[in-house]
Amino acid sequence: MEFMIEAEGLTKRFGETHALAGVDLAARPGSVLGVLGPNGAGKTTAVRILATLTAADAGHARVAGHDVARDPARVRETIGLTGQYASVDELLTGTQNLTMIGRLLDLSARQARIRAAELLEWFDLTEAAKRPAKTYSGGMRRRLDLAASLVGRPAVIFLDEPTTGLDPSKREDMWGVVRNLVADGATVLLTTQYLDEADALADEITVIDHGRVIAHDTPDGLKRVVGGQTLTVRPADPARVSDVAQLVSAIPGVGPESVSRGTVSLPVSGDEVLGEAVARLAGAGITVTELSLHLPSLDEVFFNLTGRGVAAELPVAA
Amino acid sequence: MSAPRLLRHSTVLAQRNLIGVLRNPEALIDVTLQPIIFLTMFTYIFGGAISHGSQHDYLQYLLPGILGQTIAFGCVAIGVNLNADIEKGVFDRFRSLPIARAAPLVGAVLGDIVRYTLLCTVTVGFGYVLGFRASTGVFDVVAACLLAIAFALCLSWASVLVGMIARTPGAVQGIVFLIMFPLTFGTSTFVPIGTMPDWLQTFTKFNPLTHLIGALRGLMLGGPVQTHLLWTLGWMAGLLAVFVPLALRAYRRRA
Repeated sequence: MEFMIEAEGLTKRFGETHALAGVDLAARPGSVLGVLGPNGAGKTTAVRILATLTAADAGHARVAGHDVARDPARVRETIGLTGQYASVDELLTGTQNLTMIGRLLDLSARQARIRAAELLEWFDLTEAAKRPAKTYSGGMRRRLDLAASLVGRPAVIFLDEPTTGLDPSKREDMWGVVRNLVADGATVLLTTQYLDEADALADEITVIDHGRVIAHDTPDGLKRVVGGQTLTVRPADPARVSDVAQLVSAIPGVGPESVSRGTVSLPVSGDEVLGEAVARLAGAGITVTELSLHLPSLDEVFFNLTGRGVAAELPVAA
Repeated sequence: MSAPRLLRHSTVLAQRNLIGVLRNPEALIDVTLQPIIFLTMFTYIFGGAISHGSQHDYLQYLLPGILGQTIAFGCVAIGVNLNADIEKGVFDRFRSLPIARAAPLVGAVLGDIVRYTLLCTVTVGFGYVLGFRASTGVFDVVAACLLAIAFALCLSWASVLVGMIARTPGAVQGIVFLIMFPLTFGTSTFVPIGTMPDWLQTFTKFNPLTHLIGALRGLMLGGPVQTHLLWTLGWMAGLLAVFVPLALRAYRRRA
């Protein structure tokens, strides 16, 4: 099977609103597909269709080879879903929430308890296991919710904005969890409005806006589409900044430099410039404390893609 | 979808509802304090005026009526709770699991057996404190309670349907109470129907609560049971036949 998650031309209307106006998605087995878009772009609607909660008005979708409309029961056996709003049962304890899911997945009472304990341990919730979920912090609820979606060891996991509202350190923890899931062979579809999150986790990114795909590529590919790379050089001796600027900007394929706080930044055409810069700096006897090649941030990418608002002008990969 | 599977998943979800009830005892007010207040209030307000001044005689007449009325009111909660569950997203998780489709609804209805049992115990128990005495045996009283519980499990599905359709828990409560008021007052709960105008008597004759309460009176106080019992069983079958498919359809459609 080439794709674990595959959608073609998904369309969904709510009254006059086109939540989805023909969305294609594809995720290879064992990869993370990032679905990136602002609030109201249609990300959650797409996830709900793929997770068999909502029927599409038009288009097809398959998860692990099963059609979501024709064979939803088989799809449900394959997936785990973590919603945008933590959907744990607040009145149940952490353990009770997870054993309930285990029992619903036809584990024996004993197996369900063991699996619950495993997951609570993994998500650092063992101490809170016997407390009702309503006493949990936002981050703990989010972890419990994710744990609940993993009870059945699903091959395909949908994470709908898993880190919205979490503080930065908790986001990093969640990223670690996602990386572990993928290392264990799961396929993950992750929606997010955080560009750095998609950059950090996704193998491929589909950018959605107003219910349409406006770009699809790898994170690096997406960044290349929008802008070139930047070479940054910081000489050990701040007095030599202008020498550095002169030397490096003379290399073919390097644009005009800008200097700030002892650092020289130059737009460059490709990776080969880096070696040339190193050679010329060494030849002139200039030692540097920083020499690096950056891709533009995804923020810039996203601004470029949606700011223009004209998908047809952009080189969109299928 | 196989029946044992549905039953197994429903039982797990019924347990979930029970844990919720235990953690949230105010959710039991309608099946504990309400029958106590209704029994006390109506026995002493109406008793003297109605049964030739005998509050005891009135209590004998009233208790089966209050049992029928409060157990019908007890059905309001399930629609309200299910509606709130859907709003919170708990049901999205259930709907994404490979479980029997109807299990979350069936589980909620079955979980209410405990609430209704509590209601019967409180109503009959408190009635005894006030001086109610069944003229029949223990088994008849237990049979009356079982009938009331079984009836409530069927009537619940109307509440479940409203819970699936209405937009907010508050709206569910308003709508279901609006249905329960004429059903539980437009009948023989408080007074025999003989003095009511013809049009109202026609309504009471078909009102399922008239037959439930009639059967409860027969079982607790002696007297004919069969006709009311058959009507009640017929209504129960009818309620299930109509409201279960409608509720399940509304559940599937609610995205």
